[in-house]
Amino acid sequence: MSVELAHRPEPADLDSADRRIINRLQDGLPVVESPYAEVAAELELSEGELLYRLERLLDDGVLSRFGPMYHAERLGGGLTLAALEVPEADYERVTAAVNAFPEVAHNYRREHRLNMWFVLATETPERIAEVIVAIEAATGLAVFNMPKQEEFHVRLHLPV
Amino acid sequence: MSVSTCPSEPAEAAEGGLDAIDRAIVLATQSGLPLVPDPWGAVARPLGLTGEVVRARMQRMQESGVIRRIAAVPNHYRLGYVANGMTVWDVDDAHIQRLGREVATIPGVSHCYRRPRHLPEWPYNLFVMLHGKSQAEVERQAEALRERLGEACRDHRILYSSRILKKTGLRLARQPGPPR
Repeated sequence: MSVELAHRPEPADLDSADRRIINRLQDGLPVVESPYAEVAAELELSEGELLYRLERLLDDGVLSRFGPMYHAERLGGGLTLAALEVPEADYERVTAAVNAFPEVAHNYRREHRLNMWFVLATETPERIAEVIVAIEAATGLAVFNMPKQEEFHVRLHLPV
Repeated sequence: MSVSTCPSEPAEAAEGGLDAIDRAIVLATQSGLPLVPDPWGAVARPLGLTGEVVRARMQRMQESGVIRRIAAVPNHYRLGYVANGMTVWDVDDAHIQRLGREVATIPGVSHCYRRPRHLPEWPYNLFVMLHGKSQAEVERQAEALRERLGEACRDHRILYSSRILKKTGLRLARQPGPPR
């Protein structure tokens, strides 16, 4: 676990307003005419302060994104989780090769023999297989493709 | 293509239900929603639309499940969730559907999926993401899962993420033309 600690961002210092914003907005922005004003009123902030803080939380990397979370398959696209067994000596090269594909939405190092895990999101379901072949060619490694067969739950909420 | 079975979402896929304007809105917002008082108008103007059209279409996409929600996506580590474990379980196929639904309700679980095994290297068919402020917390959550799975579970592992290599969210690679 200690190997890659240097690459892990430190926990942020958050005040009470930041916490309220993060907790509230993980649940979703209402799709109303003035959504930020509505949420700001709920949180007893001004709209300007909410927007300013949101921008700062994004700039500081506390939030990695703010916006619509699209359901890839319902957009008609393809989605899968895939893994590689990457030799340590080659890890940086393979990371660059894999990340260069725009279809790679997330990529994590995990501590296991299969030590690189990434999500592929493609324009069409058929494209997944093509991208996997291309990643195998670019890395020289076999891709373990693990598409979801059934979804029991998807709801990330990290209270702060 | 099969649609998800998540019970909180409408069963019908909006697949094929998106027109060129919807797709233009998806492309314009996939890196984020503008942080301005009228975000719909800000998305609409470069597309030659009105804010109300963008708002109504995004609302419809949310109702049909194309948009799960419009939300803040935190960086786990920056919120103090330094232990993010992908737990993987080798569960008897005969019971996985019932057990998958049951363990999905355990606190700390964010994602819960059935995925294919790759024998002999990879015997695990149930993937459950756990998030905690320490590895001890994740291990307690995993222990609760193990108890719930009981004898139907032969083996499990916790794979901690030790480095974010990339996190851009979903991107459409090919850009269709703008709406006329």
